[in-house]
Amino acid sequence: MTTIDATSPFAPPAGDPPVNYLTATRGLRSWLFTIDHKRIAVMYLVSILTAFLLGGIFALLVRTELWTPGRTIVDADRYNQFFTLHGAIMIFLVLIPGTPAALGNFVLPIMLGAKDLAFPRLNLLSYYLWVAGAVLAVVAIALGSVDTGWTFYVPYSTTTSMGGVVPILTGVLMLGFSSIFTGLNFIVTIHKLRPPGMGWFRMPLLLWSLYATAIMQILATPVLAITLLLLIVERLLQLGIFQPGLGGDPLLYQHFFWFYSHPAVYIMILPAMGVISEIVPVFSRKHIFGYDFIAMSSIAIAMFSFFVWGHHMFVSGQSTLVATIFSLLTYSVSIPSAVKVFNWLATLRGGSISLRTPMLYALAFICLFGLGGLTGLFLGALAANVHLHGTYFIVAHFHYVMMGSALVAMLGGIHYWWPKITGRLYSERWGQLAFVFVFIGFNLTFFPQFLMGTHGMPRRYYNYPPEFQLLNQMSTVGSYLLAVGFVIMAVYLLHSVFAGRPAPANPWGGATLEWRCASPPPTHNFDSPPPVGDPYDYRDLVYNPRSAGYVSAARPAP
Amino acid sequence: MNALLPNLLAQATSLPSIAPEGGSAWMPPQASGHAAEVDAVFYFIYWVSVFFFVLIVALMVYFVLRYRRRVEGELPRLHSSHSLALEVTWTIIPLILVIVMFYVGFRGFMDLANPPGQAMDIYVTGQKWLWTFKYPNGHDDTELHVPIDTPVRLILASNDVIHSFYIPAFRIKKDAVPGRYNKMWFRPTRTGEYLALCSEFCGTQHSDMRARVVVHEPGLYEKWLTDVSDPFKTHTPAEVGALLVSRRCSGCHTVDGRAHVGPTFRGIFGHEVGIKGQPSVIVDENYIRESILTPSAKIVAGFENVMPTFKGQLKDQEITAIIEYLKTLSKSPEERSP
Amino acid sequence: MSTLKPTGQPPAAEHSAHLQHQFDNPRQQFDAAVQGMWLFLATEILLFAGLFCVYAVYRANHPEIFYYAHVYLSKPLGALNTAILLCSSFTMATGVWAAQRRRQKLLAAMLVLTFLGACGFLTVKYAEYKHKWEEGLGWGQHYHPKHIAPGFAAHEAEEHGRSLPSPASAPASAATSAPASAPTATLATDAVSLAFEPRSLGPQGLAPSGRVPAQLNPEQEVRNVQTFFAIYFALTGLHGVHVIAGMAVILWLLARTLLGHFAAGYYTPVELGGLYWHLVDIIWIYLFPLLYLIH
Repeated sequence: MTTIDATSPFAPPAGDPPVNYLTATRGLRSWLFTIDHKRIAVMYLVSILTAFLLGGIFALLVRTELWTPGRTIVDADRYNQFFTLHGAIMIFLVLIPGTPAALGNFVLPIMLGAKDLAFPRLNLLSYYLWVAGAVLAVVAIALGSVDTGWTFYVPYSTTTSMGGVVPILTGVLMLGFSSIFTGLNFIVTIHKLRPPGMGWFRMPLLLWSLYATAIMQILATPVLAITLLLLIVERLLQLGIFQPGLGGDPLLYQHFFWFYSHPAVYIMILPAMGVISEIVPVFSRKHIFGYDFIAMSSIAIAMFSFFVWGHHMFVSGQSTLVATIFSLLTYSVSIPSAVKVFNWLATLRGGSISLRTPMLYALAFICLFGLGGLTGLFLGALAANVHLHGTYFIVAHFHYVMMGSALVAMLGGIHYWWPKITGRLYSERWGQLAFVFVFIGFNLTFFPQFLMGTHGMPRRYYNYPPEFQLLNQMSTVGSYLLAVGFVIMAVYLLHSVFAGRPAPANPWGGATLEWRCASPPPTHNFDSPPPVGDPYDYRDLVYNPRSAGYVSAARPAP
Repeated sequence: MNALLPNLLAQATSLPSIAPEGGSAWMPPQASGHAAEVDAVFYFIYWVSVFFFVLIVALMVYFVLRYRRRVEGELPRLHSSHSLALEVTWTIIPLILVIVMFYVGFRGFMDLANPPGQAMDIYVTGQKWLWTFKYPNGHDDTELHVPIDTPVRLILASNDVIHSFYIPAFRIKKDAVPGRYNKMWFRPTRTGEYLALCSEFCGTQHSDMRARVVVHEPGLYEKWLTDVSDPFKTHTPAEVGALLVSRRCSGCHTVDGRAHVGPTFRGIFGHEVGIKGQPSVIVDENYIRESILTPSAKIVAGFENVMPTFKGQLKDQEITAIIEYLKTLSKSPEERSP
Repeated sequence: MSTLKPTGQPPAAEHSAHLQHQFDNPRQQFDAAVQGMWLFLATEILLFAGLFCVYAVYRANHPEIFYYAHVYLSKPLGALNTAILLCSSFTMATGVWAAQRRRQKLLAAMLVLTFLGACGFLTVKYAEYKHKWEEGLGWGQHYHPKHIAPGFAAHEAEEHGRSLPSPASAPASAATSAPASAPTATLATDAVSLAFEPRSLGPQGLAPSGRVPAQLNPEQEVRNVQTFFAIYFALTGLHGVHVIAGMAVILWLLARTLLGHFAAGYYTPVELGGLYWHLVDIIWIYLFPLLYLIH
């Protein structure tokens, strides 16, 4: 039904199946109106990485401005817009959709041996809602921008004169629905499209984490939707629910906002943990340790995440009783995360460990999430939180868990599934080089910020007391190293698409079902559903040096 | 990580150092009775975290090196993939540790939440972008002065958006939320000067919204309060005006001729200024009074309508003092009194 | 939420025209669609839950506002709307039943009736909104009631044996409010002008620093009544938007029915549309007593 375009960079080498999902149909319309989950995932990936570039530019502008205490390159209002847009773009356009949309969409159906998600057209709608959100963010920038911080606290957000507030709130509303529909799709797919033989406890752990994430997306995001809707109406029509001058309660806004935004951070980290649970066993060639516990910990994190939102509000004036309860519950959510870290370490023990680029990112995740998660313990302790809230300690903490963990895992996943998605291998050496820049740059950027915070520098500060300058400069240098790492990464990844070595079906020796189909897969994924086995049993995969990939071998008789 | 390295680097680069004497590696000097407990909570969690972080990284590095794959396709030696004993251990031990962390954090917080009966009340009002303090005798000031070893209760209010009042040296912080009063207390234990900052984003000059905090030796606080409550006893009106302008107006107005958020005061008295949307006026006593009480009535052309009103915050005597001071800024050097 | 299950026979071959490639059989596809729809309904419930939460918080903190203001709402009209929606849910459920049995004429008729019910609901709603607006019962700054709550004066006299305060005794703390319009003048028997000062403290927030505001005395005045109307319009407005969306869905289903899409045993869209309409109904069932029937 299709012609093969031999000149396309995605055309498979001779011997492979004649067409794959990239070459099956041509033309812009075949992409814009596709219902193939793999094409939608690729569109998400390109779009999300573009948004990451934009958010990253704002980050560099922020860090450049902070090179000196007073004005360095821009005035205060402009600076306030930069950090607001950086935060909003990174959270809503990059990290929340991130792994589920760009990677999960691609991998989830194939891991289930299915031909697509349960609702392919809803999937495309999710993507277009993302695009609408992104367009509205750009419109917001053009219409006078936003300076409220990504948290939009009332009454500042209802009274600021900047013109971009309502557009960006509407954009985030669109993004919320994109997230809800993706979650809905994943839940039904996992419930209804599992193959015979794949009970819940035979699913790859990535699917457990995507499932738990989807539950959170369904339950938490609508609360964000109503909050944003009320905020828009409050600002446009002066409704009077949140503004004290009209009889409203600004703290009610905070409760609503954080009721979503706390689970949101777990929406960002759980899929990332799922990716790590896939990469670590493959690159140790050893069965994941504690499968049941890792799976259950994902569900536990999803549940507990709904009970802790008040820890963002310990100094807001909420009652001591309520603060105490939230502090206690906050600690409960740290335990399942710790369980995962220990299980990953136990997986490494006695394995056959290969330090390819995906594994480098996975190992970095374990360190950086270890640090980021541990710093959360400081913030859960009421007495310490009073001193640390609203300071750079918080900024450092969330960058360690959002960037150093969630984003790093997404990068690891991108490198892990790159051969499957594009059919090409990138240069391992350049991958390792970029990793070094990213790892060192990241730590240099954010570790000094812990010190800045404990010594009393508040966040969202354009102008800071001069004794913080040295630490700020270290942080700025680090951010430029990070930028270099990402530029290198962009170059070698793009290069691989056009001139990389063709990838075998299973370059890393994974045992999950996506490694059984060709790289890249055909549009319908599998001709017939593959047999389901243990997703972490690597014993009958042998390395074939000629194709530089792994193939299934019959298990020798015991 | 110790603050020693930043100090050395600071010396090498001639930049100010973050760790003045009296602080610890991670914390500023302890200047309130509460600070020691907060630091204890912090360092407890810190050392537990250091232990686990080192453990995790060391184990990881060890495993990666010891079990490094030598040949592609090589299978591992060990095959264990579950252990209930391990799972229980590494669930229970962290659980116990975090419960302890919760408890010590909670105890410190309860101290902060319950002021002793005899605390001195000071009302703190945040507005964009200035903190003002009202003392028990009714005096309003832009600096927080307190006597050492006396419990002080701060009652926080806001006139516009949410601000947050933060004194790092005292380890205290509370939001100032419009429409309600929030309270917190402290007992200063160390004389000296400290910094109070706004730690909830509130707009353009959020990072300039700071206040000086002074802890006085016994007896000196009362003296300061008396002096400052009635500066007219010891100063001419113009001098008092100069003080008021530097404390209340200098955030937006300069006295050296530069335009800032608002017009400069130098040379303005007696001059004609253009008014947005209205005929121009001569800046006289009435215009200055009107600008202080109803700033939006006549905006000088070329400036924005952002000046807050000072109605209820400046007494008539103080407005007169400001007017007198502005007059001096228009006189030639010979005319000004020595 | 249809209690009528699909007919027990396995789906016939003519359904396979609608069978999407990722599903093995039409039954699996139908089940997946229904599960998906329930998940979507869960998100809608959570959306409204936010507003119900706003209601709960304000009612817990300021019961006097709700006690006073709900009297402005018309119970008969609210009850009429409740009856209309209940009937329309019945007609919708009958429509689904008809679709399961391939009875297209009945399905079309039921869809039309449901649509008409929705129109009736919106008409009543419009009348209520118009009345509120004319009476000055809006949210925030739009609250300047022309009359005291109907029946409230008599209700007060009967329940508490007291008459309403005259404007002269309006509390001195009204002076701490920001520029609020002064209460209007005299008390008459039938159409009394409002003696209360319903506005909140003004945009300055608290009283000038140093003075704690006088305690609110509900005997003398009810402040921030506009909050009730903010919640009223938010809740009924969001619900109304969902009714309009539901009407669009019904029209679309009607079009597909007339085009014969549901002639061959495939009726999933009707099932899903029915579920949505029942949700819209249920939300109103909760909303009505909370807003109209407080005592």
